[in-house]
Amino acid sequence: MRISKSSRRDFLKVSAAAGGGLMLNLKSANAAGNAAPSDLNAYIKMAPDGIVTIAAKNPEIGQGIKTALPMIIADELEVDWKDVRVETAAFDPEKYGVQSAGGSTAIPRNWDLMRRVGAAGRQMMVSAAAKTWKVAESECTAASGVVTHTASGRTLKYGELAAKAAALPAPDLKTVTLKDPKNFKIIGTPTKDVDGPKIVTGQPLYGIDVTVPGMLYATYEKCPVFGGTVASANLDEIKKMPGVRHAFIVEGTIPKGSDKINPSMDVGLSGGVAIVADTWWQANVARQKLRVDWNTGPMVAQSSAGFAAKAAELAKQKPEMEIRKDGDVDAAFKNAAKVVEATYSYPFLAHATMEPQNCTAHFKDGKLEVWAPTQNIGNGRALCAKVFGIPESSITGHMVRAGGGFGRRARPDAFLEAAWISKVAGAPVKLIWSREDDIRHDTYRPGGFHTFKAALDKNGRLTALTDHFVSYGADGKFANSANIAGNVFPAEFVPNLNFGASLMPLGTPTGPLRAPGSNALAFVFQSFLDEVARASGRDPLDFHLDLLSEKRVAAAPAAATPPGGIPQPAFDPARMRGVLTTVAEKAGWGKRKLAAGSGLGIAYYFSHLGYVAHVVEATVSRQGQVKVDKIWVAVDVGSHIVNPSGAINQVQGATLDGLGQALGQEITIARGGVVQGNFDDFPILRMNQAPPVEVHFQTSNVSPTGLGEPALPPLLPALANAIFAASGKRHRDMPLSKGSPAAV
Amino acid sequence: MATTLKINGTSRTVDVDESTPLLWVLRDILDLKGTKFGCGIALCGACTVHLDGQPVRSCSTPVAGVGGREITTIEAVGDSALGKKVQEAWLDLDVAQCGYCQAGQIMAATALLKNIPKPTDADIDTHMSGNICRCATYTRIRAAIKQVAGVEAAKTEG
Repeated sequence: MRISKSSRRDFLKVSAAAGGGLMLNLKSANAAGNAAPSDLNAYIKMAPDGIVTIAAKNPEIGQGIKTALPMIIADELEVDWKDVRVETAAFDPEKYGVQSAGGSTAIPRNWDLMRRVGAAGRQMMVSAAAKTWKVAESECTAASGVVTHTASGRTLKYGELAAKAAALPAPDLKTVTLKDPKNFKIIGTPTKDVDGPKIVTGQPLYGIDVTVPGMLYATYEKCPVFGGTVASANLDEIKKMPGVRHAFIVEGTIPKGSDKINPSMDVGLSGGVAIVADTWWQANVARQKLRVDWNTGPMVAQSSAGFAAKAAELAKQKPEMEIRKDGDVDAAFKNAAKVVEATYSYPFLAHATMEPQNCTAHFKDGKLEVWAPTQNIGNGRALCAKVFGIPESSITGHMVRAGGGFGRRARPDAFLEAAWISKVAGAPVKLIWSREDDIRHDTYRPGGFHTFKAALDKNGRLTALTDHFVSYGADGKFANSANIAGNVFPAEFVPNLNFGASLMPLGTPTGPLRAPGSNALAFVFQSFLDEVARASGRDPLDFHLDLLSEKRVAAAPAAATPPGGIPQPAFDPARMRGVLTTVAEKAGWGKRKLAAGSGLGIAYYFSHLGYVAHVVEATVSRQGQVKVDKIWVAVDVGSHIVNPSGAINQVQGATLDGLGQALGQEITIARGGVVQGNFDDFPILRMNQAPPVEVHFQTSNVSPTGLGEPALPPLLPALANAIFAASGKRHRDMPLSKGSPAAV
Repeated sequence: MATTLKINGTSRTVDVDESTPLLWVLRDILDLKGTKFGCGIALCGACTVHLDGQPVRSCSTPVAGVGGREITTIEAVGDSALGKKVQEAWLDLDVAQCGYCQAGQIMAATALLKNIPKPTDADIDTHMSGNICRCATYTRIRAAIKQVAGVEAAKTEG
């Protein structure tokens, strides 16, 4: 595939300004010829025939952002979507600001900016028309790519105005006039993925499809134990294999002798053996003959069984760290009418993106060019600059559509490996990991263990809750994505509450998986609260609506928004009550008579600024087999759903992603390495396991927020709660396959 | 070893080891990148192509075993009226998220609809469960198959 490199005469400089705002300077354009498209700004290129090309600033990983962000620009620009073409922007944070995928941040971070960029373009069109007619701009309106002088009825098309408009001084983005949201035409209209036609016809689009002239193909064998290095390898034999051009040992950059992981994402270059050949298959065949003696290092002593035993021991002790303390839990337990106790656990998880990790790199004359299906080119660029000792300006990164991200592609390990191998091989190299590499060298969703205790008063209200969370980390620092925040629900809604944590050192790298933190914490907290609700003798929905009725502890003041960050408004219980009420109504909660062996479970969670509630209907057979009959979801992510088509797809997908996790996903560590290796032992949900998922959106009067993540977390507890309702069997350990009944 | 393959209506001769999987011949020798690598051991279906109209996993099909059978890939499935209808239904329902598995899904769905023009939900489960969609777009894949078949799909997008 080719990556277009359009020259832009104009540019929009974006830099962080005080208070987290964005300062934008739009340089005026040179006069453009009539034949060529005219750049209105860094995002908008207008052709004389009225076709507008809009730059999509962020990497597309399946979250639909390549369609959604240009939709916002197009709406404010006042063009018809049929006249819009979308191009992936160059990776150029100086020009575009943050260009990464992660944390469901693209919409909250860019909603206002994209509107202003589009509005600036519209204003330039109106100005150009008004100047042509020598009338006041206020007498002109724009719609569907046409400016109209209201009084005289004269019209000019955007294409006709493009060159003139591009020569005008650019408006100040801070003061451009935004549309009244009630006049949105594209925002809120179901819109198809802009890459759809290429996807269904199999045109090259993904990182793995990149071709660079003179390119060789590489495989990279790493130590099964994280941090291990190569002692020796049969390189001479490998070099004789057909098609093999290079075979060499890579020392790696991970500090030796430590059993503690680096909690940052750039864990460094793992040691291993690179094989570079004329085709990937030849490299892979040669790899089957590879014999490596590894220096495995101290992490070889670690195992999932060992962690479970250690966690059970730690859970009996006082937590090493205090995370939150409200009121007096001891007094509350003493006065309790009822006490509920339970322990929960969940496993490590791999991401298993459909497109295995891969990257194409060309290191030449101290400069590096990389085509990366990644969520964050910036991470890879920074890491390579450090490892190779070259300035970031010597590294050009191209954003290429990725076959799934889910957090995995925030880590730039394949990026660095491809660059390293290209440098040694002296040629452009496409590195492709096997599926086994991908499952065994991930940054895993960390497992965890929770010991809960709750007190109910005689009215069935929750008066105290404690959680001792045994997690991973060292020296008082949680491993990446293994933490718990002090404000995790139901904190602030229970007068007496303690969260504590104890840590176990871990050699396996961990990292964000779709809805990091929440994807695990929702299961344990919302399952345990269902137990508490049932112990209270009340209907779980009533119990939760009561729990959510008022904050019972003063909330900590909202943290200041960091520069370039997005505001983090406090949890709003009214919005949660809203989605909870909606989902219950749609599912017929308490209104339907269910067949014997069937039950409904309900759960909700606030994550990544989104409010989501699920109801699961499940049937458990007398043999203990679980069948999920249907799932209802209600979602509140603010005032507008930018693209309802993409949004429904995300919600259904995230929901079923959670179901797949629950049904059978578990990464097990033995002798410091990962046991599973492919889709047989790390199963992804399949068609025959996918129930209908009914999605409902409700809106709130706040700016829209992201949707890649929030619809996953509550599914797991809703499912566990449904199984309990259906069968009386409480699943406290994920996946469900860990205990009977069997899940199908 | 030179092997002649009938791909998308054209004869192509490739010089590769005969144990090379068809997938890698398509992708890296013939530059047909639409067929995708997912698992390498026929567990995910991302590499599905048709041999004489029947779906096979190209990652686990050595070129030596193809013989004179007609190979159809995602690049040419739209040459048949049915394949084109399937592609159009995929677009109409905006099925894809990341899209990486969808070539394999479309190949599997086209073969299903050719064999069973009006598949039931059970037929869809049987014939499509070998194709993993990590983004879990199963709701729309099912609906797209039903749209081509002219069968009513469940409404799930309240």
